[in-house]
Amino acid sequence: MATNETFFGYRRGNSRVGVRNYVAILPVDDISNAACEAVANNIQGTIALPHSYGRLQFGEDLELHFRTMIGTGANPNVAACIVIGIEPGWTQQIVDGIADTGKPVVGFSIEQHGDIETIATASRKAKEFVHMTSGLQREECDISELWVAAKCGESDTTTGLASCPAVGNMYDKWIPKGIYGCFGETTEITGAEHICAARAATPEIGEKFMKTWQAYQDEVVEPYKTSDLSDSQPTKGNILGGLTTIEEKALGNLEKIGKEISYIDVLEPAEAPLSGPGLYFMDTSSAAAECNTIQAAAGYVVHCFPTGQGNIIGNPIMPVIKITGNPRTVRTMGEHIDVDVSGVVRREMTIPQAGDALIDAIIQTANGRFTAAEALGHKEFVMTKLYRSA
Amino acid sequence: MSIPHLLVHNKLDNVGVVVVEGVEAGTDLLAVVTEDNSDFTITTQHDIPIGHKIALSDFTEGDTVIKYGVDIGRIVQNTNKGEHIHTHNLKTKRW
Repeated sequence: MATNETFFGYRRGNSRVGVRNYVAILPVDDISNAACEAVANNIQGTIALPHSYGRLQFGEDLELHFRTMIGTGANPNVAACIVIGIEPGWTQQIVDGIADTGKPVVGFSIEQHGDIETIATASRKAKEFVHMTSGLQREECDISELWVAAKCGESDTTTGLASCPAVGNMYDKWIPKGIYGCFGETTEITGAEHICAARAATPEIGEKFMKTWQAYQDEVVEPYKTSDLSDSQPTKGNILGGLTTIEEKALGNLEKIGKEISYIDVLEPAEAPLSGPGLYFMDTSSAAAECNTIQAAAGYVVHCFPTGQGNIIGNPIMPVIKITGNPRTVRTMGEHIDVDVSGVVRREMTIPQAGDALIDAIIQTANGRFTAAEALGHKEFVMTKLYRSA
Repeated sequence: MSIPHLLVHNKLDNVGVVVVEGVEAGTDLLAVVTEDNSDFTITTQHDIPIGHKIALSDFTEGDTVIKYGVDIGRIVQNTNKGEHIHTHNLKTKRW
């Protein structure tokens, strides 16, 4: 029987453990979405992952696209993968990257075949993959095999009082047990960047964080801002919830990394963590779907998402657990909330108790229980784009 | 302890966060400092929505607002103790 030390997951060939068992139908590019959606419509037990890009990208932006595509297919929550692209070159590159995990993966290209033939051939293969994977059994696994990412959204002042500290408490308890953690949101650390830099495991890692943070300020904020960012960071929703400045938002955000642990490396967007178990900072957008998509592509299998005003985000391959400390959000949109920690603001619940409630929810989710976002059909899958395509 | 109306993160903070719905001007609020569980009362001068901040002291233009024990911006309009603090009187020092 599962305890707070174990969960039941799908052990994959590459020593990773998944908590879901999808057959993913992955488009290389925007124009292959229709074929992927047709295959997923033909064959039950598959999921299409349509997105908006993949044509004429180059340089770092193209590398990020490949990393996101390959990482998504390679995620342990995906049992098998069909890749469909307009032409065979980039399609095969993505297939080869996913094949390194040892999981079943096949690519199809549409040129010289057309949608209808491609859909028919890919559907037959998808059906075969569903039969290969749908009977796989969950096995009892130690919680140290969990990779748990975090990001907050539609934050308000309760986020920094209750839901982000609940995530931080979970990391304080579980990082020492050997899980992989991840936080990001580069712009949203603004105002607390000095505090974040000091939480790195070494001064060198802190400098790496500061370099990443400063690069976004210099290369994106300064060249592109039209006045200041006060209508975007904080967002209109944040402001309705009582957050006034980016500094205030950043300090609440950073409560997610707990009190006792340090992060051990700084990752590029969608980069898999390779420095062993521990907490990682990833250079991400603060927009929920963009951030969650690249955290999943880095290999994270469960997501903790504190919200104040009620962000409703989900992800197609990684279950997203919503935590809120705002009693009004619990009352008005409770169907989106998995973990209610509003007792913290009433002083009826301590932060360690909130952390334990989240840990229970993560284990139940890892065992297969649907999150609110899964039950409600949220499958937001959004590429991070670094600059315009050629 | 009764359910608090207002939470304050840190002893150094000069603002607190309303954590109940329906706070009206003139109400005596029970405030708790989460850092050490100490409490005090303060009278609000405005109706304050849940999640919004009130001033714990008088501010003049240019003063720094402290929350979590840290600088979160500057006051851009004189504000009295018990009044609403938000985008009309508090501005980031960044961007």
